[in-house]
Amino acid sequence: MLEKALSGSTRYRAWVGGLLLVILVGVGFYVRQFNEGLGITGMSRDVTWGFYIAQFTFLVGVAASAVMLVIPYYLHHYKAFGKITILGEFLAIGAVTMCLLFILADLGQPMRAMNVILHPTPNSVLFWDMVVLNGYLFLNLLVGWTTLTAEKKGLPSPKWIKPFIYLSVPWAVSIHTVTAFLYAGLPGRGFWLTAVMAPRFLTSAFAAGPALLILLALLVRKLTKFDPGKEQIQTLGTIVAYALPLNLFLLACEVFTVFYSNIPDHKLHFQYLYFGLHGHNALVPWMWTSVALAVGAVVLLVNPGTRRNETLLAWACGMTFVATWIDKGLGMISGGFVPNPLEEITEYWPTLPEALIALGIWAIGALIVTVLYKVAVAVREQELA
Amino acid sequence: MSTGEGKGMDRRGFLRLAGLGALSAAAVPAGWDLLKPGAALAAGAGAPVAGRRYAMVVDARTGCPDGCRDCIGACNTTHNIPTFADEPDPRRHELKWIWQTSFHSAFPGNEQEFAREDLESKQVTVLCNHCQNPPCVRVCPTKATYQRPDGIVMMDFHRCIGCRFCMAGCPYGSRSFNWRDPWPRNAATGEPAKLPNPEYPTRMRGVVEKCTFCSERLDRGLQPACVEACKEKLLVFGDLHDAGSGVRALLKEHYTIRRKANLGTQPQVYYVIGA
Ligand code: SF4
Ligand code: SF4
Repeated sequence: MLEKALSGSTRYRAWVGGLLLVILVGVGFYVRQFNEGLGITGMSRDVTWGFYIAQFTFLVGVAASAVMLVIPYYLHHYKAFGKITILGEFLAIGAVTMCLLFILADLGQPMRAMNVILHPTPNSVLFWDMVVLNGYLFLNLLVGWTTLTAEKKGLPSPKWIKPFIYLSVPWAVSIHTVTAFLYAGLPGRGFWLTAVMAPRFLTSAFAAGPALLILLALLVRKLTKFDPGKEQIQTLGTIVAYALPLNLFLLACEVFTVFYSNIPDHKLHFQYLYFGLHGHNALVPWMWTSVALAVGAVVLLVNPGTRRNETLLAWACGMTFVATWIDKGLGMISGGFVPNPLEEITEYWPTLPEALIALGIWAIGALIVTVLYKVAVAVREQELA
Repeated sequence: MSTGEGKGMDRRGFLRLAGLGALSAAAVPAGWDLLKPGAALAAGAGAPVAGRRYAMVVDARTGCPDGCRDCIGACNTTHNIPTFADEPDPRRHELKWIWQTSFHSAFPGNEQEFAREDLESKQVTVLCNHCQNPPCVRVCPTKATYQRPDGIVMMDFHRCIGCRFCMAGCPYGSRSFNWRDPWPRNAATGEPAKLPNPEYPTRMRGVVEKCTFCSERLDRGLQPACVEACKEKLLVFGDLHDAGSGVRALLKEHYTIRRKANLGTQPQVYYVIGA
């Protein structure tokens, strides 16, 4: 089936070519990082995780969100999603691959990555994160490919795939929960030491992922003969409309706990992110942009009139995506490290090589999603013909 | 065939298993304990006598004489710790095993408005606390960070993948990462840099490191380099399980505090603050 990705319109080939170029630049800078060390990034002794881990954290959410299609379709027999479940699964494959690449890019000694498997350490959450991420990648590859192959032959999906589909539901929840536990179980990091970390991760995932899916579905409709469907897009919109306010609610819960309890080492991080601390305020404009975009998106989404308007819905989804990306892709990680446990402040901002490596990994993800979508759409178009 | 024979086989099987168990227990220290982070590595050569628990007492009453950095210098030389003085911002890639910081940074949350003024302006010597319940060991995915039976929290440079999870886990900022080559080779000659202490193994970029209580010196019967270097004898090192040790004497005589003791990490560096 993969051969369907090899041919395409000029526009398709230009897009793929462009992605390859971005990937090449990323790889070039990665080679430099490999040779010189992580010193070419903006990270420091105080802020030891930066852009890479933040992207990883954000993308785990995007990957987990495929479950928002699988649950209604397979568990509640919401037939309309049959058309687009595959889009969710293929998006998950792209997203998990990016997650794994971001972890790899962040390692000081990538050649030793196998040590995690050679010396399995059940007391480390990172070990479990590796297990669940690879498992989820495998599940989505298996389910996506098997169902699509059956469809291509005009057959129903084989029976044996069902248990794997059901397994993928709790598994999707697990990848984001375990990722939240990477942060939420550390003493002395007040910003992360919160029980709502995992729920907050899930709500932001179920907002950002479906939002991206809506945008992709609209794009697919525009560029191909395959229409993911108005109803499907609206249902996804409703999911975002529930998840995003929930995410903001959880943020409000944190703000209450932190500020009402008045405990300094929990407050300082929020103060740094939203107001600046001792004159350090690199993230303040970003965090408020995130809040403003999220609130604006909620208004557009919960209002049925605006949600049903596909143009406004697209805007709301774009805003949701950017708002959650800033929250997790910038604030979540930096905010946890600033100030450091000694209450000293070292700010962090990614360097150009670091940003280009990250962009290269995003391009790899985009390429994977493009190729997989091309295949899926080709099968659909063949059905239409 | 008969039940009796079956039983016999079972017993033989059981005995064989038991024998294997005993064998493995002898070959590697306590088979089950292997699951414990670092237990296998700790069993290697030079393993110290179990039953000890090493600790340090920092006498911070008078404070260090002005500008004295003897302990830090001795540590840096002993462990080939580079300074990166040539970089535009040497702090960026800094490696620190033992260093001085403000009272506030060493004990955040312990400051009081009307307390002795000299406390606030005092510099406090800090290092890895060799926590008895170390979060850095708990989070390490490769057992590159592990704890010896005598309580010393160790780093295996050759095992570390550089994920820096331990740095996020340590609530004291006690760990450093090699963001670049610690001792780059001479670009023209390709010669490896001359290390201040050729006896101490160098490490490569991309791995984490931290104070090891000079385990390599302890195993030769020496005191940690910083303790030896302090002319004022403000650092005291010893075995907490030895009732006659200097650390026990100080703990008995003075009220001591530990950094962020409320986190449950059980730091093994104690501070004598007041008279
Ligand atoms: S002070 Fe930090 S590095 Fe040292 S043992 Fe405790 S947690 Fe680990
Ligand atoms: S950086 Fe090295 S020592 Fe630290 S947690 Fe990762 S593997 Fe373990």
